[in-house]
Amino acid sequence: MRRTGHVDVWKAATVVAATQLTPSGRSLTLDAPGWGGNLAGQHADVRLTAPDGYQAVRSYSIASADAGDRMEIAVDRVPDGEVSPFLVDAIEVGDQVEVRGPLGGWFVWRPEDTEPVLLIGGGSGIVPLMAMVRAHEAAGSTAPFRLVYSVRSPQDAFFADELATATGVEVTWIYTRRAPDGWARPAGRLVAADLQALEAAGDEAPSVFVCGPTGFVESVADTLVAIGHDPARIKTERFGGA
Amino acid sequence: MTSHLDGNVLAGTLSELTGTDPSDTMSQCLGCRDVSPLAAELVFGTPDAWVVRCRHCDDVLLVVLHHEETTRVTLDGVRWWTDLA
Amino acid sequence: MAVFTRGFGGRAREQDDRLPPGQFLTEDFPVLSAGPTPRIDTDEWEFQIRTETGEIHRWDWTAMQALQQDDITRDIHCVTRWTKLGTSWQGVSLDTLFAEVESGYDFVMAHSYGGYTTNVPLDDLLDGKAWIATGFDGEPLAAEHGGPARLLIPHLYFWKSAKWIRGLVMQQDDEPGFWEQNGYHAYGDPWLEQRYS
Repeated sequence: MRRTGHVDVWKAATVVAATQLTPSGRSLTLDAPGWGGNLAGQHADVRLTAPDGYQAVRSYSIASADAGDRMEIAVDRVPDGEVSPFLVDAIEVGDQVEVRGPLGGWFVWRPEDTEPVLLIGGGSGIVPLMAMVRAHEAAGSTAPFRLVYSVRSPQDAFFADELATATGVEVTWIYTRRAPDGWARPAGRLVAADLQALEAAGDEAPSVFVCGPTGFVESVADTLVAIGHDPARIKTERFGGA
Repeated sequence: MTSHLDGNVLAGTLSELTGTDPSDTMSQCLGCRDVSPLAAELVFGTPDAWVVRCRHCDDVLLVVLHHEETTRVTLDGVRWWTDLA
Repeated sequence: MAVFTRGFGGRAREQDDRLPPGQFLTEDFPVLSAGPTPRIDTDEWEFQIRTETGEIHRWDWTAMQALQQDDITRDIHCVTRWTKLGTSWQGVSLDTLFAEVESGYDFVMAHSYGGYTTNVPLDDLLDGKAWIATGFDGEPLAAEHGGPARLLIPHLYFWKSAKWIRGLVMQQDDEPGFWEQNGYHAYGDPWLEQRYS
């Protein structure tokens, strides 16, 4: 299918909603006339221009998968970062940025896909996977969906309430630094045993999406292959930062 | 600082050159003949200067320089490059 | 027409005479690489200078450490616009290493473990302008910053200071190395802002 549209053209976008997700994370809903929607898993480039003309561009995965002019991004504050502290701590509803996209047409889940899906997210890697969870629910898809979400502690989880009540997706929480009181699994990194413990959803091999920091993605991808997943069915997206 | 990323990060910059999202375009490595989508290849460097390497053999596929005036891609290690039609 | 974002200023871009044009100050030491970090054991490490006659001058790690070590304090300038002032290195001057080398060629190609290359005129390596650096801030140079040894040429953009240096090969013409073939300037003087070709 030949691509259409002008993904390379910068469009003005207004912040129409802002929600604190965690102490370091914030969700921003942007309205960009002419955007035209995005698939679950895609990202947008966001450009900020300072009064002296200086520009900074960063990519943010989109947590929503809607058809119109709105998108929800979720930003995690990187210490000493140039853009993320501004987006998490300073920008307000009514302020403007520019966006380009949607981009990233490989790491996507489409409602027409019927095979089982395994989503594995580390930290802010949950964002594009959240778009997939939402798209799955909105489409009424019956494809088995499972999410493994690795975070430092419950306080660091994005969209925790929404995931707690989401139907149609089975969520496995992996706490790496501090688990809730009485939690059966002690705090620690995601390991092979955690992935092996997941019940297979039927006989069909799942499509796997892994997203997060490079170290997390590489370790999880290697582990998946080691426990028998087909590398050709694993898609990965690596984020910069620690 | 992260060691490397993947071809997902190239999408915006390369779209300036091609007008479309290049993430699911396929290329063949000149060295090892591996065929992979651009999004799956390894990417080193910075947004000003990306070095794209084959995820199979580590050879350099392309180098993407980006500054105010232009985006420039050197295709040293790519045998062919196509849309995923 | 650009859309300005209220309240966004970007990084502090202070004016400073010590900064070449287009640079900003950093307190960090960003790691920028063109490929995976090679892991080289000093037991296996060797540095060579090869001339056009086929002559090879070699130093293993012990031999390199036995040479006179300089303490070097210089500003360094990366083509991606960060400058770090007063960085402190320890290493061997190229004047020491070239003392016994005879060559009629004026240019050098630097080769690194892992395959990286960069070209530089011989004049820019001599007369106290360049070193093989094995220490940073009094500690052994970390692998991510080019250890066990990197070329250090502070007066040029820092891509010329090849990490994981393996050897220097004399060349008749100023043949371009990796970045120079891919769009960066052949010489790279930060004060003339020679970033791109």
